Amino acid sequence: MSMQDTQASETVGSVFVDDAKFSVRSLSVRYGEDLAISNVSIDIAKTDVIAMIGASGCGKSTFLRSLNRMNDTIENCKVRGSIKLDNVDIYADKRDAVPLRARVGMVFQKPNPFPKSIYDNVAYGPKIHGLARKTADMDEIVETSLRRTGLWKEVKDRLTQPGTSLSGGQQQRLCIARTIAVSPEVILMDEPCSALDPIATATIEELIAELNSKYTIAIVTHSMQQAARVSNRTAYFHMGNLIEVNETEKVFTNPEHDLTESYITGRLG
Amino acid sequence: MDNLHLDQHISRQFNADLEQLRTGLLEMGGMVEAQLADAIQAIETADGALAEKVLKVEDEVDRREIFLDAEATTILARRQPAASDLRLVLMVIKAIRDLERMGDEASKIARMALLLNDEGEAPRGYVELRHLATKVAKLVNAALDAFARFDVYSAVKVVRDDREIDVEYQSAIRELITYMMEDPRAISRVMNIMWALRALERIGDHARNIAEHIIYLVHGMDVRHISLSEVEKNIEAQK
Ligand SMILES: Nc1ncnc2c1ncn2[C@@H]1O[C@H](COP(=O)(O)OP(=O)(O)OP(=O)(O)O)[C@@H](O)[C@H]1O
Ligand SMILES: [Mg+2]
Repeated sequence: MSMQDTQASETVGSVFVDDAKFSVRSLSVRYGEDLAISNVSIDIAKTDVIAMIGASGCGKSTFLRSLNRMNDTIENCKVRGSIKLDNVDIYADKRDAVPLRARVGMVFQKPNPFPKSIYDNVAYGPKIHGLARKTADMDEIVETSLRRTGLWKEVKDRLTQPGTSLSGGQQQRLCIARTIAVSPEVILMDEPCSALDPIATATIEELIAELNSKYTIAIVTHSMQQAARVSNRTAYFHMGNLIEVNETEKVFTNPEHDLTESYITGRLG
Repeated sequence: MDNLHLDQHISRQFNADLEQLRTGLLEMGGMVEAQLADAIQAIETADGALAEKVLKVEDEVDRREIFLDAEATTILARRQPAASDLRLVLMVIKAIRDLERMGDEASKIARMALLLNDEGEAPRGYVELRHLATKVAKLVNAALDAFARFDVYSAVKVVRDDREIDVEYQSAIRELITYMMEDPRAISRVMNIMWALRALERIGDHARNIAEHIIYLVHGMDVRHISLSEVEKNIEAQK
C-alpha cells in the first residue's frame, strides 16, 4: 500500500493543548519508500491518558515508537518532522537514545519479562541507569514499583523465582513495574491488554488510572471500550493520517469526523 | 432517507437490531396516536364505550414500552454502541417513556369522558378542547414523522409549535375559569374539560421532548436549555 500521493488531511478536533508534554509537528515516518505516518501534528498533555485507535496497519505502533525513538532500531525507518519532549527536540541530535527511553518507558502487547528472577526484572533498569547505590535502595525501588502495580502482595515471597513463572496478567504488571522502576515521565503502552483475560485487563486499566496521577500515558488499543474507559483524549488514525483528536467522551458520543464515526460504530467507511 | 446509515454496519445482526428498535418505536407511536384520537372523540361525543377502549389500549402501550426497553438494554449490553448508534438507543429509551406518558394522559382524557358521560355534558369548553386537540394531535404526528425521517428541521418546528400550544392552553384555562366564576353550578363538569385540556397540554410537552431527543440523536446537541434560534444556528454550522 502506497500513501505517497495521499495529501495529508487536516486533523479535526482539539489537537493542541496548553500543558504539552509532547509536541509533535509534521511528523512523517517511512519504512523505505512506504509512508506509515503522514504529516501528523499533535500535542500530548502532561495529564493525558491518550488513546490511539484505528484499523490494523494505520500506523499507531509506528507513531508510538517514534515518541521514544524505538524506530531508531528499525533499519530503513526514516523519521521526519519534530517531536519535542518538554520543549526539547528528541531527534535534534543523534545522541544515545537510552536516557530518553528511561524518561519515556514502553510496555508491549505481549508481556515480555526477561529470563531472570522477578526481583531482577524490576531491578534491571535502575541498575543500568545507576539509580541505586546500595542494596537497600534497590530493594526499596523494587518494592515500591511492585506495590504500585499491585503485584507486591502476590510476589513478595517468591521474588527469586523467574518472571516467566507468573500468570500473563501478572507478567504484564511485572513489565509495567519494570518500566516505572526507572521513574519515567511518560509511559507508552502498545495494546497492553490484548493477551489478557477480562479480570487481568480490569486490573491493568485500574492501574492506568492510578499511574496517571504521576505519569503521562499514551496507549494503543484495539478495544473501543477500553479506549472509552481509560483515556481522557482519543486520537483516531486512518491510513497514516491523524483524522481526529478529541475528548474521549466526545469521540464516543458525537465524533466530529465521518471516518471516526464509521470506525467506532463498526461501519464500512 | 436513512441519514444515520443504520444499515451499514459490518455486523448485519446489529443493523437488524437497530432497525427493529426504530420500527418498534414508530409502531408504539402509531398506537398512542390512535389512542389519543379515540380519547378526543370519546370526550367530544361523550362516548363511554370508546373511552373504555382507550383504557384497554393503555395496557398494550405499557407492554410495548417494557418490550422496547428490554430490546434497547440488550443492545447496550451486547453491542456497546457508540456515537450515533449510542444516541439512537438512548433516544429510544427516552422516547418510549414519553410515549408511555402520552398514553397515560390519553387515558386521563378517556376517564374525563366517562365522568362527563355520567354527569352530563359541560356547558362550555368544547370549542377550546377541539381546537387544542387538533393542534396536539398534529404535533404528535409531526414528532413521530420527524423521527421516522430523522429530520431535525421538523423536530425544531415541533419544539416551536409546542410553545404556541402552551400559550393557547393558558388562555383557554383563563377563559374557562372566568366562566366558572360566573356560573358556579357548572364547575364540576367544566373542571372535567379543564383536566382534559391539561392532559392535552402535557401530551404536547412529551411530543416536544421527543423532538428534542431527535435533535440530540441527529446532531449530538442537548437542546433542552438553549434558545431555538441558537439550536438552528448550531444545526446550520454542523452542516
Ligand atoms: N518494521 C517495519 N518494516 C516495514 N514496514 C513496517 C514495519 N513496521 C510497520 N510497517 C508498516 O507500516 C504501516 C503501519 O504499521 P503499524 O505497525 O504502525 O500499524 P498499527 O496501527 O500499529 O497496526 P496494528 O493495529 O496491526 O498493530 C503498515 O503498513 C506496516 O506494514
Ligand atoms: Mg500495532
